[in-house]
Formats: sequence, structure tokens, C-alpha cells
Amino acid sequence: MTLKEMKPGQSGRVVSIGESGQLKRRIMDMGITPGVEVKVIKVAPLGDPVEINVRGYELSLRKEEAARIEVE
Amino acid sequence: MSYVIALAGNPNCGKTTLFNELTGSRQRVGNWPGVTVDKKEGTYKKNKEILIMDLPGTYSLSPYSAEEVIARDYIVMEKPDAVIDIVDATSIERNLYLTLQILETGIPTVIALNMMDEVEARGDKINAEKLSEILGVPVVPVTARKGKGVPELMAEAVETAKAKKAPKKLPIFDEKLDAAAAKIKEALDAAGEADSGWKAIKLLENDEKVAERVSAELKSQAERIVADSYGAGADLEAVIADQRYQYISRVVKDTVKKGRTGHVETRSDKADKILTNRILALPIFAVIMYLLFACTNSENFLFLGINSPGIWLAGVVETAWGWVTGLVEGLVGNASPWVYSLVIDGIMEGIGAVLGFLPLILVLYVLVSFLEDCGYMARVAFVLDRIFRRFGLSGRAFIPLLQGFGCSVPAVMATRTMESEKDRKITTILCGFMPCGAKLPIFALIVSTLFADSNQTAVTYSLYIFSIVVAIIVSLLLNKFVYKDETSNFIMELPQYRIPTVKTIAMHGWEKVKAYAQKAGTVIFVSTILIWFLSNFNIDSFNGNNAAANEDGSIMCEMDDSFMAGLGNVLAPIFKPQGFGEWRPAAAIVTGWIAKENVVVTFAQLYDEDVSPEYLEGYFSQYSPEELEELGFEGGTYDPEAAPDIYSESILFEGGDENALPTLHEDIPTKSAAYAYMVFNLLCMPCFAAVGAMKRELKTWKELGKAVGVQMLTAYVVSLLVNVIGGLFMN
Repeated sequence: MTLKEMKPGQSGRVVSIGESGQLKRRIMDMGITPGVEVKVIKVAPLGDPVEINVRGYELSLRKEEAARIEVE
Repeated sequence: MSYVIALAGNPNCGKTTLFNELTGSRQRVGNWPGVTVDKKEGTYKKNKEILIMDLPGTYSLSPYSAEEVIARDYIVMEKPDAVIDIVDATSIERNLYLTLQILETGIPTVIALNMMDEVEARGDKINAEKLSEILGVPVVPVTARKGKGVPELMAEAVETAKAKKAPKKLPIFDEKLDAAAAKIKEALDAAGEADSGWKAIKLLENDEKVAERVSAELKSQAERIVADSYGAGADLEAVIADQRYQYISRVVKDTVKKGRTGHVETRSDKADKILTNRILALPIFAVIMYLLFACTNSENFLFLGINSPGIWLAGVVETAWGWVTGLVEGLVGNASPWVYSLVIDGIMEGIGAVLGFLPLILVLYVLVSFLEDCGYMARVAFVLDRIFRRFGLSGRAFIPLLQGFGCSVPAVMATRTMESEKDRKITTILCGFMPCGAKLPIFALIVSTLFADSNQTAVTYSLYIFSIVVAIIVSLLLNKFVYKDETSNFIMELPQYRIPTVKTIAMHGWEKVKAYAQKAGTVIFVSTILIWFLSNFNIDSFNGNNAAANEDGSIMCEMDDSFMAGLGNVLAPIFKPQGFGEWRPAAAIVTGWIAKENVVVTFAQLYDEDVSPEYLEGYFSQYSPEELEELGFEGGTYDPEAAPDIYSESILFEGGDENALPTLHEDIPTKSAAYAYMVFNLLCMPCFAAVGAMKRELKTWKELGKAVGVQMLTAYVVSLLVNVIGGLFMN
């Protein structure tokens, strides 16, 4: 499944990042790399973006971006 | 011996707080990712020989954002004697990612482990000694907010700078990568390239900026080495990022002891549950924004029937300035007419116009700074992103746009924190549409004189809404037609909520006041004199014709013949369709580009304050009761309430009052034209200071020209529509 499909409170392990180029680099710079554990904290009041906890801090990203991140 | 020490670290790691602690200088400290938009310097307060450079906060040293390039170019090219890398210990993993990249540059480094108080409060433990041992550089635990550990940190940094000891190479990468890096380094060394170790890794990462700096031959050599071990076109960027984080995971495992396992709910998390709650988030946001503007400029503060702090302070400043003007008037009372005119009508009035609204900006910025520093603004971006995206923007555009209500210069600079180029360009243009502090006096003047009989508050507020509506429409159009192929993203850290210190907030207030006082003292001061000169002199002033013609021998001329009139007359026809095609309003627009305050300054010099009650009473006292009745006074008795309107009509239709300077009513005769005039000033090119900031952000003259062109076109078209459509029902 993808990060986008995860519900608030759910945790998962990142398998792969289906982006390329600059955006992929940015995602990885922020600590979302294969094998890392992520937890969805909440979804913004209007349904997008989502807030996740990764490597001990909170990060927000849009569902569009979360949909490219494969988790298990 | 003098040393240069650079501060580097992630956004929100407390870097600027530490900079303030070290230099005692007044700096912006923000909890908004990337508040420090440029590198800043100061000297260490305990040793003036030590220069401290504050680099922009970045998460990485990749070449993608402007800030990352500034930070890394400084470290690699300027080579400071030492770098203090500030690590937010509460999110140590992500922070160490930048640390590894700094260590790679080979510059002597000290790690400041900041926010240790929060780590302890969570019950976690970080073994600084062990961390220092593993990374091979000094690690000093500090709490920058409280100044704890700072002297020890500086002592260590100076030692490190003296020793000039480059950090050791860490076993971050696997053998295969190391072997490829070694081969590239060898080739670089053979070609005599400096910093070969660092450049080798950058070439492996496919870093375009570094690839540009080495010869084409070296570049293709590096590509061949990569192809040999990884296959052609391998994407090593991700591999390298991954291996760095894997290394960090191992380091953290050895040095950090979690008090409790799993995700611990902090006080910040609890606050966040309410502030970004599904149902409450938007109402809370609305209330906070209402309070923000109520504190700034409300004459009925929280419905208590009293003035808001901003308005109250503005009143105090105005009274004080009036008193000073009185004193100066006494001093120059006997001077020649032109000296009196220059000092009182020019300088005193001009500066007074600027000072009057300075408190409003002070109050707004103190409050905005507080919201930024405590971390709420990042949540606003998070909550609003969905809405902003619909208009083709990112939620992160909210901060610059809100700052635009204060001043366009910091607003435009704040766009740099956005990663997407498209978001940056569009937001930069939109910042110019915001009703900045300097535009408010324009509205105040025109609304009070030309909308005297309307609901003045409603008219002023409608302009705020107008600017937002126009910004939305222009953003949509730009997305659809101009920047249609570019993308945006929203990958943003949501920092922990932290209550900023009073010292920090006080510093912000002082900084803004200082910036404005400087602006008033320089740009406004000089342009006031220039405007005064242009409005009172012409060619004949300098060939003796005026002196001969004027009874008192003055070389000044009538304003209708002045240089300013000449300039305004050239431009006036352009604005005929907008309803204000006279030379004075047109000239005021031009002076507004020097600084928007100048529109009011120019009006103050070109128009008479003829609608003062005393003046009107004197003016109408020349008429008999029958004549007064004919003019429109009921029963032939003078009525101060009706006087302003009757006065302006009589001037309009009968020419009247030759002694007075013309009135605004004369040049901007209808309400629709008056509204169009405000709209034009609201939307057209901002002042030159802001245009300079736009140039810095947009880089090229072509992009700047495009942006200013969009602003001018928008202003012209929208003000035209206002006059034409508004004319149908407003007048």
C-alpha cells in the first residue's frame, strides 16, 4: 500500500519512493528513506495535506506526494 | 588573531537564537522554516576579533534551493575557520543528516547539541561524549534560549579554529561507493582540483552545480567510473542519501537512550490537537486573524469602545509630532518664505505622514513574529494548503502574503522559503497587491475626504477584500497562462510549538521600528525634499523670470506651472478612462514608486487642507443667508455637517475660491474614480525598495520585468473596471 492510504494512527515501513529527481531527493533529505518507520499523525481539516511522524519529528506532505511512497 | 566562525543548521534548530546570544545583535529569530533568508554577520560580544556568520537554515547541502546554495557555497568557497553545526537534539536523526554533509566539506567543525532541556524533559538521554568520539569532532550540549553551555561552545569553537583540524573521514558509505569515490578523487587530484574529496562525492551525487565547475573531461570521467560499477545512468543520489541515513541510525542507536519507547505525546502535540483540529482549526484561525487586525487598526477594539493598541500609539506619535512641528515653526517663522515652505510643508509634513502609521506596523509585526516564532504559522500553512492550492498556490504563500500587510520588502524576501519556483514567482507578484502599511495612509486620506458621507470603515475594509480577490484571480490566470508547466510541492516540517521569549519579541519590534525610522530618515526625507522642489519650482525659477514676476521676489512658481505639473501632465491622459486624469493624482502615483507614503506626502503639498471646519466657516461667512440657501444650506443657516459637500460642489461648478489650492474633489470628482485611484495605488508596482527585493528573488531582469508588467497591467485594467462599473451605481 501507499502512505496516502494509511489512516491516522497507523504506522508503516517505507519500501520505496516512486518519485524522481529533485522531489525524490527532497523527500529523502527529509528522512523518508527505504526502511524508515513512518506514522500518520493526522489529515489536515480540509482533507489534505497529511502530517506524519518520521525520525522523531513532524513532517507534512500532500496526498499527491504520499501516493508515490510505498509502505508496508 | 581573528577568526571567522559560521553557524549552520536546520531551520528551527535555534541557530538564530544562538547567533543573538553570541553577538547580542538584533536578528530575526523565527520558528518558521527558513526565516533567515540570507547570511548575516556579527562579532562575538566577548571577543571582537571573532566574526560570526549566520548561514540560512537548510536540511541538506544539495544544490536545489537558493538557501542551500548560499550555505554550501559559503562553507566550501569562503572556507570559514570553523563551522558550528547546531543540532536540534529533539530531532537528532534529521539534523545529523546535514552534519554529515558539513563534515564532508573538510572544514573544522564543532557540534552544538541544542534544545537539551527539551530532550531531558522527555526523559531521553544523549551521550555527547560518545557522539563526539564517533564523529571525531567536539560535541557541546547547549540550551541556546537560556544561554546555557554557550561559553563552553565558543571556547571549543575557537580551539577548533586554531587547530585547523579537518574532520576525519567517516565510514558512511559502503565499499562499492567508497571505491568509486576514491577513483573520482584520484582523477580530480591528477587535474589539480581543490577539495577533491568533497567534489568526488558531489559528482557521484550527480550535482549539476559542481559538475559545471570542473572540466567536461573530468565530468565524463566521473560518469564512466559510475557506469563501470553501477551501470550507465545509475541514480546514486538516492543511494547516497539512503546510506547517510543508515549510518545515522547506527550512530543514534549507540548514543541516544529513549526514556520511553514509541511516540511520546508532548505538550506541543496536545496543543496541535486543538489548533489543527478538524472542526476547530478554521474558526480558531479566523479568530486569531481577527485579533491580529483588531490589535493593529481598530477604533473599536474588541467592541470595548476604545482604540486598539496600534491606533492609540499612532495617536500618541501624531500628537508628539504636532508638538515638534510647532516648535520648529517657531524657529523658522522669520526665515525666508522658501525656507519656511521647505521645512514646514516639505520636511515636517512629509516625515509626519510616515511616522503616523509606523505604530500600526510595529504592532502588526510584533504579533506576526509571535505567531511565527511559536510555530503556529507553519500550521496555518498546513491547514490552508488545500484552499491555496485551488488557487494555484501553496499554503506556504500565506506567510509572505500576511507579511505583505506590513511591508512588501520582508514579504518578498519571505518567499525564498518556498521550494517550488512557480510558487515563489507567483507569490512575489501577489505580495505587491497586498495593502502594505504605506498604502494605508493613502486609503485613509481618500476615504476621509472623498467618502465622507459613506461608511468609511466598510470602504477601507472592502479594499482589503479587493486585494485578496484580485490576488486570487491573478494567481489563477498566471497558473493557467504563464507558469503552466511548473509544479509545486508541500514537503514541510511542522516544528514543535515553543513559546518565544519576550526578549525575542521585543527585539523584533525594535528591529522593524528601526528599519522604518531609517526609511523615514533617508528615502522619505530625501524624496520629500525632491517632491517639494519639483512642486514649487520650474525653469523660470533659475533664470530670474519668477523673481521678477513675484511681488515678494520669490523664485518659487505656481504649482500648476511646476516641474511636477509637467511630469503629471504627460501621464494624466493615460488615466482619463479611470476618472482621475489630472496631473496631480498622476504625479502622486509616480512619487509613490519611490515610497508609497509619498502619495500622501505629495497630496499634502499639492492640495489644500481646505475642508477643515474653520476654513469652511470662514469661506461661507462671505455669503448672505439668501445666497447660503441657494447654495443648498437649509433655511439659509450655516450647517457644518453639510458644508464640505456644498463647498466641493460650489468649487466644481462655479470655479469659486481662488485663494485655496485645488481640492481632491476637483481632480477626483466621483466616488468611482476615487475608488479606482485607491485600487490603482493598491495594485500597481510597489515601491523601489520592494522592486529591489523582487529582483533579488527573481534573479533576472526578464523575470522582474514580467512580474512588474503583470502588476501594472492588473492595476490598470482593474482600476478601469472599477471606474466604469462602479460609475453605474456608486456616484
